[in-house]
Amino acid sequence: MTEKILMKGNEAVAEAAIRAGCRHYFAYPITPQSELIEYMAKKMPKVGGTFLQAESEVAAINMVLGAAACGVRTMTSSSSPGISLKQEGISYIAASRLPAVIVNVQRGGPGLGNIAPMQCDYFQATRGGGHGDYYTPVLSPSTVQEFADMAPLAFEIAERYRTPVLILADGMLGQMMEPVVFPESYPPQRDPSDWALGCHKDRKENHIINTLFIDPNLLDSKTRILFEVYEEIKKNEVRFETYNLESRPKILVASTGTAARVVKSAIDALKEQGVEMGLFRPITLWPFPYDALHQAAAGVDKVITVELNMGQMEQDVRLALNGLCPTEFVGKAGGLVFTPEELADILRKKAS
Amino acid sequence: MKIVAKRTAGLTDARLHYCPGCLHGVAHRIIGEAMEELSIIDRTIGIAPVGCAVFAYNFFSCDMIQVPHGRAPAVATGIRRARPDCVVFTYQGDGDLAAIGTAETVHAANRNENISVFFINNAVYGMTGGQMAPTTLANMKATTAPYGRDVEDTGGPMRVCELLASLEKPYFITRVSLLSPKDILKAKKAVKRALAGNMEKKGFHFVEMISTCPTNWGMEPLKARQWARESMIPVFPLGVFKDREAEEKEAAS
Amino acid sequence: MAKLTIDEFYCKGCGLCIEACPKKVLAFAEHLNEAGYHPVTCTDQEICTGCALCHVTCPDGAITIEK
Repeated sequence: MTEKILMKGNEAVAEAAIRAGCRHYFAYPITPQSELIEYMAKKMPKVGGTFLQAESEVAAINMVLGAAACGVRTMTSSSSPGISLKQEGISYIAASRLPAVIVNVQRGGPGLGNIAPMQCDYFQATRGGGHGDYYTPVLSPSTVQEFADMAPLAFEIAERYRTPVLILADGMLGQMMEPVVFPESYPPQRDPSDWALGCHKDRKENHIINTLFIDPNLLDSKTRILFEVYEEIKKNEVRFETYNLESRPKILVASTGTAARVVKSAIDALKEQGVEMGLFRPITLWPFPYDALHQAAAGVDKVITVELNMGQMEQDVRLALNGLCPTEFVGKAGGLVFTPEELADILRKKAS
Repeated sequence: MKIVAKRTAGLTDARLHYCPGCLHGVAHRIIGEAMEELSIIDRTIGIAPVGCAVFAYNFFSCDMIQVPHGRAPAVATGIRRARPDCVVFTYQGDGDLAAIGTAETVHAANRNENISVFFINNAVYGMTGGQMAPTTLANMKATTAPYGRDVEDTGGPMRVCELLASLEKPYFITRVSLLSPKDILKAKKAVKRALAGNMEKKGFHFVEMISTCPTNWGMEPLKARQWARESMIPVFPLGVFKDREAEEKEAAS
Repeated sequence: MAKLTIDEFYCKGCGLCIEACPKKVLAFAEHLNEAGYHPVTCTDQEICTGCALCHVTCPDGAITIEK
């Protein structure tokens, strides 16, 4: 491990991506993600990598499509409206079964919204934001260290399953500074030469990457291959964290990302007042930890979902519980963020 | 007896799906032959657009990728950066390049991206059934301009070569035609020069080819060629609009 | 004297080669090929000079010429 470095989330994930071997980054400026693209602009040339500011997010994701098709580690980043512009490209990357990493540093929405942190792109991220039957793994960090560690993890998942992977952070995590350490070594890239363009193990045939299948039977079978991969991902890649469940709390709070940090502080504050609550924090939003949440909720009176939006993950929470116990939702829109004290008050009232 | 003319190894054995007399096939042949003659089939990556040429991945024998409508120059940029030793070309129609893909085209040109863009201009959207394109002529009928294109309302036919030639960095921009054997031979020279230029990493090579769309124009192939000569060439004059090699030679002399 | 062969699999009977041939030796055949087009045939190999203008104009790579 390197020694600790104080870094912004945006810079930490960029540094980690470079250390993990990403050498091709294409993006477009947008607050609150700009430190990430600026960091890449400074560092990529130093490692002989490609840094290119594209003319739009649409162009950037298509540059990633091209680089990914050549089997190199490639990445882009943006924020909410920019990620909306990338959805068609992501659908193509998913359908073409190409590894790539996309970072969304969420901002206030809808529309231009504002540049405050929010979690209002949950549905877009977890339900396959573009056209067609597809999903992408979605990782949700809640600390700068976790945000950084997700870069190598995202590349690993992307290459193991040949899929684009989305890291869903937010403006607070992107702009916040925390100490970060980086591992000495990273898993090597998987050999892409039996499918990638321009690199061939043996030059018997040309490589073709295509997502057009006029014959419905062919598109059906191609889609089923994607869904076999998704079953594998669901089996192997679910990640979550629980907090304070050992005190057998009667109320379980479900929350992810920045919101989950505030929930932890609220839980600590309530503990001092003799009120016990537990936290279930999904780390992979897709595949969502349905079974784990269902088990964690065994014996609780109610599950409260806390989000920085008007209620999106709470639908997955209800799916996970499947009627096991009542659920409630606590949320803020507009980019407002709960203070721990404010949230502790709200939760305590819900406990009585 | 020696073979003097045959199917090029730059194309596969597949039968082209284009309509009878459509000149896409000619464009395919001259690109395939150029790759074969430059012996770069093994290290070329072609990019198929969305449009009549969407099936180009079945026709060119080099590595191919099919990409979103209009985004070929951006994908080419990504490929170019990831595989600097490959030759990269995009093959696009006038809807793909001059409508939805305008920004990608202009910016790839502006960056003098070391790619070749082969732009087939037949003044309509072919695959979707003859809609108006940015290159549709004034008063020319199309399924979305049933009374003829009203240039006051929809703008005039877009001259992409001239548009791109106003940029400083693009290396080579020319407009050729596929409308006669003589023109086709000249077109092939331009294609070959473009791919050779990429081999020497000279930058952005743009070859616009005036073509026909017999089916959607509602004309026999020969009549369509004649109409294109009489109506399109005056609006889309042939020639070289940017040649930095010539500029640099002149400056040096 | 040259030898011209037209591969009926590829020919779509578009007629561009017929017009291009300076010696006017190309014409539509009576029969239909499997795709339902009248393929083009060479009516007189003797006159064909092997200039290959037909090959140049053919959009479908149907024509092979030996000389």
